[in-house]
Amino acid sequence: METTERSVIERAEQRSAPPPEVEAPMACTFQVKNLSIWYGEKRAIDNVTLDVASNAVTAIIGPSGCGKSTLLRALNRMHELVPKTRMEGTVLLHGENLYSSTVDPATVRRRVGMIFQKSNPFPTMTIGENVVIGLRLNGVRNQRFLDERLEKSLRMAALWDEVKDDLHKPGTSLSGGQQQRLCIARALAVEPEVILMDEPCSALDPIATAKIEELINELKAQYTIVTVTHNMQQAGRISDYTAFLYIGRLIEFGPTTKIFTNPSEKQTEDYITGRFG
Amino acid sequence: MQFERAHNHTWRKIKSGLACGIAFVSAVLVISPLGLVFFYLLVNGAGSVNWDFFTKLPAPVGAVGGGMANAIVGTLELLAFAGVIGIPTGVLGGVYLAEYGSARINSFLRFLADVLNGIPSITWGVVVYGLVVLRFKGFSAYAGGLALGLIMIPLILRTTEEVILLVPNGYREAALALGVSRWKTIVHIVMKTASKGIITGILLALARVGGETAPLLFTAFGNRFWNHSLSQPIAALPLQIFTYAISPYDDWHRQAWAGALVLVTGVFCVNVTVRILTRGRTASVV
Repeated sequence: METTERSVIERAEQRSAPPPEVEAPMACTFQVKNLSIWYGEKRAIDNVTLDVASNAVTAIIGPSGCGKSTLLRALNRMHELVPKTRMEGTVLLHGENLYSSTVDPATVRRRVGMIFQKSNPFPTMTIGENVVIGLRLNGVRNQRFLDERLEKSLRMAALWDEVKDDLHKPGTSLSGGQQQRLCIARALAVEPEVILMDEPCSALDPIATAKIEELINELKAQYTIVTVTHNMQQAGRISDYTAFLYIGRLIEFGPTTKIFTNPSEKQTEDYITGRFG
Repeated sequence: MQFERAHNHTWRKIKSGLACGIAFVSAVLVISPLGLVFFYLLVNGAGSVNWDFFTKLPAPVGAVGGGMANAIVGTLELLAFAGVIGIPTGVLGGVYLAEYGSARINSFLRFLADVLNGIPSITWGVVVYGLVVLRFKGFSAYAGGLALGLIMIPLILRTTEEVILLVPNGYREAALALGVSRWKTIVHIVMKTASKGIITGILLALARVGGETAPLLFTAFGNRFWNHSLSQPIAALPLQIFTYAISPYDDWHRQAWAGALVLVTGVFCVNVTVRILTRGRTASVV
């Protein structure tokens, strides 16, 4: 137990180091084993087991209410914010149990960032303040370091050129697509290892969506990305692996090309071809 | 058929006009007392509001002039002391109701706060008289400030809770997902987003208790001279107005009118400040 806690904290502290060298193919970031989650009496996730590959995009698809978001949120313990949740099973991040009793959820979330469906830049803060707020509130004071990280994060989120002269303007003054990229920059600024995205484009127009998709494609060189999407074409375009979830159960999981061209399960085929969902 | 429809239309128009007319008259009825009070205060009090009024102590009976400087300063002192008690307690209690606690306990606490808000203010004076004045054998600024502070707590608590609940959950989630701890999220994100609403609630509560007379009658008691120690009786504008208004002297009546005008103007200014604050930038949600 203690070693797990120490290594989680150490990893959190060492995150300013560059991400690990290219790992062997199919290296796992997350190992989810026999995960079940209940909200009160309702079972949202039913005995799910899957491995999330490093430096790849994994898409979770499935009809509304199938537990996509819950599975995603279980990867950084955000589902615990809902009262009366209960879980069984384990989630390992690089071999460490995220749910060990000695692990602080805040430490987990520093390593596993999240982008939400609705862009949510803080309304009282400028563009610049929004990007570095995670570092500030985690105790970073060095202004030069903050400035460097501000530029780096905005560049990685492909937003720097559009906002570099307006860093003092409110974050909410940006367009919807820009706001979502600002949120991505904000998440990148704390240097997570993984980025979770909960339908990041569902509130955006096609052009803004294309930009975010392009960005996801660039980010996967350095980050492991797990995204929930309602949009089948999008899952096909951006993901390397696809997990199909139905009523809390993992029906099928595998390389996206296989899931979309030659699924093993009848239910997967029916959903992908639009026969239900 | 055609005829019937036309008839219906006319009748609807009449009903609509009638409702609109009644609403307009009601609105005028609501607003007119404010105009009348202000007009009356100006007519009767404006003549006595002068430099002396703000800088001099009350004159003895029969002597001309004098002012209410001690009462104006006394009210500010009482409000400061009430704020020290009421603002932190009310704000933190509101944060608890909005962010922590179980639904069951919270609805009970909310109910209690609403009951407290409905208690006549003189009751607070009696409570503090029993708790503080009798025990320490004397009227004091502390006792007056405490009575006003206790009135402020449930007022601020409820407004703080309401504006914090207006902050969309997305901001809490965004901060927590950055690995920010719960209390830092509440202080730096949630309360900052709701800060205008919280400040508005505080100012309105101060304006409300600033005009209270009843809870001060047997706590602060009033004083015709400067208060040199907070453990001594202290003058307050509403108390001074009350004392002067029921006196038999014309000169004191004029001073009471002037005091009332100053008090109402003060409360009015606080309300205008609140309006300006709440208009502000569109960046804030509340």
